[in-house]
Amino acid sequence: MQPANLLLLTLVLAIVAYWLGYARSRSLAMPLGGIRHLKSLPFYYGARAALWSGIPALIVLGLWAAFQGKVIQMIVIGGLPEGIIPATDGEASLLLSKISNVASGALPPGFVEAPIAEAAERLQALRTQSRFLMSGLVISVAVLAGFLGWLRIRPRLNARSQVESILKWVFFACAALAILTTVGIIFSVAFETFRFFGKVPFTEFIFGSHWSPQTALRADQVASQGAFGMIPLFTGTLLISAIAMVVAVPVGLLSAIYLSEYAGRKVRGVVKPLLEMLAGIPTVVYGFFAALTVAPFISDLAASMGIEASSQSALAAGAVMGIMIIPFVSSLSDDVINAVPQAMRDGSLALGATQSETMKKVIFPAALPGIMGGILLAVSRAIGETMIVVMAAGLAANLTANPLETVTTVTVQIVTLLTGDQEFDSAKTLAAFALGAMLFLATLLLNVIALKIVRKYREQYD
Amino acid sequence: MTDQRSQAEIVRQSLKRRYRKERRFRAYGIMAIAIALGALLILFTDIIGKGYTGFVKTTITMDVQLDGEMMYLDDPTDERQIKMADFVEPLVQALIKEIPGATEDDRKQVRELINPYASVTLRDALKANPEWLGTTQTMTFLTHTDVDVYVKHAGDDAYSIKLNDQQKTWVDELLERDVIETSFNDVFFSGGDSRDPSKAGILGAIVGSLLTMFVTLILSFPIGVAAAIYLEEFAPQNKFTDFIEVNINNLAAVPSIIFGLLGLAVFINLFGMPRSVPVVGGLVLTLMTLPTIIISSRAAIKSVPPSIREAAEGIGASKMQVVLHHVLPLAMPGMLTGSIIGMAQALGETAPLLLIGMVAFIVDVPDGFFDSATVLPVQVFLWAGSPELAFIERASAAIMVLLAFLISMNALAIWMRKRLERRW
Repeated sequence: MQPANLLLLTLVLAIVAYWLGYARSRSLAMPLGGIRHLKSLPFYYGARAALWSGIPALIVLGLWAAFQGKVIQMIVIGGLPEGIIPATDGEASLLLSKISNVASGALPPGFVEAPIAEAAERLQALRTQSRFLMSGLVISVAVLAGFLGWLRIRPRLNARSQVESILKWVFFACAALAILTTVGIIFSVAFETFRFFGKVPFTEFIFGSHWSPQTALRADQVASQGAFGMIPLFTGTLLISAIAMVVAVPVGLLSAIYLSEYAGRKVRGVVKPLLEMLAGIPTVVYGFFAALTVAPFISDLAASMGIEASSQSALAAGAVMGIMIIPFVSSLSDDVINAVPQAMRDGSLALGATQSETMKKVIFPAALPGIMGGILLAVSRAIGETMIVVMAAGLAANLTANPLETVTTVTVQIVTLLTGDQEFDSAKTLAAFALGAMLFLATLLLNVIALKIVRKYREQYD
Repeated sequence: MTDQRSQAEIVRQSLKRRYRKERRFRAYGIMAIAIALGALLILFTDIIGKGYTGFVKTTITMDVQLDGEMMYLDDPTDERQIKMADFVEPLVQALIKEIPGATEDDRKQVRELINPYASVTLRDALKANPEWLGTTQTMTFLTHTDVDVYVKHAGDDAYSIKLNDQQKTWVDELLERDVIETSFNDVFFSGGDSRDPSKAGILGAIVGSLLTMFVTLILSFPIGVAAAIYLEEFAPQNKFTDFIEVNINNLAAVPSIIFGLLGLAVFINLFGMPRSVPVVGGLVLTLMTLPTIIISSRAAIKSVPPSIREAAEGIGASKMQVVLHHVLPLAMPGMLTGSIIGMAQALGETAPLLLIGMVAFIVDVPDGFFDSATVLPVQVFLWAGSPELAFIERASAAIMVLLAFLISMNALAIWMRKRLERRW
């Protein structure tokens, strides 16, 4: 049975368990003189039976479904005859895809060597067996545990507190998923990164100024010995983020100031949702706009002024990214400006300062730490932004500060290295994970600092 | 006295300058808003201007003589014959008849006006109606993409017209006689991706998006609400709870592409799940949207006043009963609003899906959670990268559909906030 159907069946079994538990508690209560002689309401007896039946079955189902693919692969690879046992992970994955192609019928068995055809048959058999075993195990666990739970229903049983404590644990598990996700990110990225540093020295990666990840496809190929120096990517990312900030910070900040200090209710009611709309537009749309409208416009404009500009200039990607970040900066600074106590405003106005003087000399300095925090968050957003740069910035890793030239960024390289055909243990693929690790660390650092600043600032005026 | 008066004088003299500064500052603010809103306006007009023609298709209607001899076919119910038969010839002959002055020698040029898939349409029609063999039928076909581009963008320099002058005069003539017509592009909404722009549609991408969103919704909403309930109502004040909160806040700001790396390393490489399927996409987007949903759900729970809780506790409800029977229903509108916004974010997300392989060229409309699929934003990305302008037009049209989805989701969220959310 397919996992999805099995999932549905488990839910149905849990519902059946609920009704049986409900009915049993009522029938137990009948001779005693009604359900008021039960320790809990019949609903809780039913719910308890359903949880007993459902939770262990779901855990078994989840674990089995998660690991069956890997285990079957290992058995199939392990069962191959001496001669063709693959030496490296790359060969193993190639061989596996061949075997599974034969098994699924995409490749006729006559086209491959006999041991592989046999392995394909074994794979098919193992898959059927595994599905069979999984169905049997999950259903019997559900029925057995549900039956046990059903048997143990007694009038004195405090079903409510049991159900509630199980639910509490379930809620806790959901909250702890956040930790699990972080751990997952760190481990998945760190593991591949360490493998990468086994192939390319750490210092070369950090301090190298040349990036061209095209590694040789065959061992005897002369042409390309990949170079993995991340400095050009790093400076490219910084250049584009800096351009974005030059656009986003003044525009975002000034519009926040205008909206919070000058604009009337009506204007604010119209302009604010419109600004937020900018934040709701998918990044792929911005990328489309940057690549097909802004970039040609900039290169035409530069050409008409006699300057040479690349058709994939950093300026186009950066400017559009800046537009995307405007609402982010403006809503964060709006919060911060509004958090400055009214008394400071009133005091300054009472001394005869104009509104702009109050803003510039009193409120802005008071709000500055919070605004800085907001800007740091915006920078981390800009560094991690992917689609705009994938579509509008180029692939050539140039070490330049000229915004009219093509640069590439960390995120662009991650996407380019990981889309399309890949071998999992080549330095090229692993490099993407190393870049991901750097990106994760950089944004994490920025976020932690920014959140700390914002929190400290909030406490100051609370 | 003199001193004071002179000070007042100084202030008065500086007033003009200060007011000027005040006005200038105000003007800066207005300018900033104008820049932001102007960018929004330009973005929308640009996309609508590029894409509205994507909703128009160009068709050609002609009398096709289904002559068995011409097609090398005498039994349309025979699978083998139908595979071998020539379905292009009747189309070419029909079109030559429609064009005055065209002869057998122009067949190559005439053929270039008809969509390459028109013969497939004809074959399927004949398969469905075997009795048509030997008769003449009036049928409508898509034109070739080059004709489509010429009809829609004849005066536009950005588009390169690939028809030659002879073909142009033919098309003009056929347009005048309404043999070639433009109409609403239903192909765009009923087909999957294709190498031929006229044939390319977004149905596959929309279905892929819906499947992915379904997985995301059924996972992220319950988990997010449960986590929010735990953190707001049950979590003890300790280091571990703080740690969970720090994690959630940081995950909310982690770049989405990192979640793609996580999905690739964990779901695909560790668990051996297939690439480019909606389930894996949904799982990755779930992890990505969870922080948003948790944060907004917590805010909704917080906004339920303590008097409700106290009243419920006062009549003997347990903590869990207070939460499930009273707090949760009251906080539900706020939670739903937050979730809709989170889902809108997930619907527009592209980068993590690129890494888990949802960029494949997929013609078929996916028919399950484990079937290879693509999603709407990725489809936009794929088409936007094409050198053919006809695909760019489709990409713009697809963006409009995507934005229509997103705007209606956000409008729903705003409406719900206004209608259902209670102010205490």
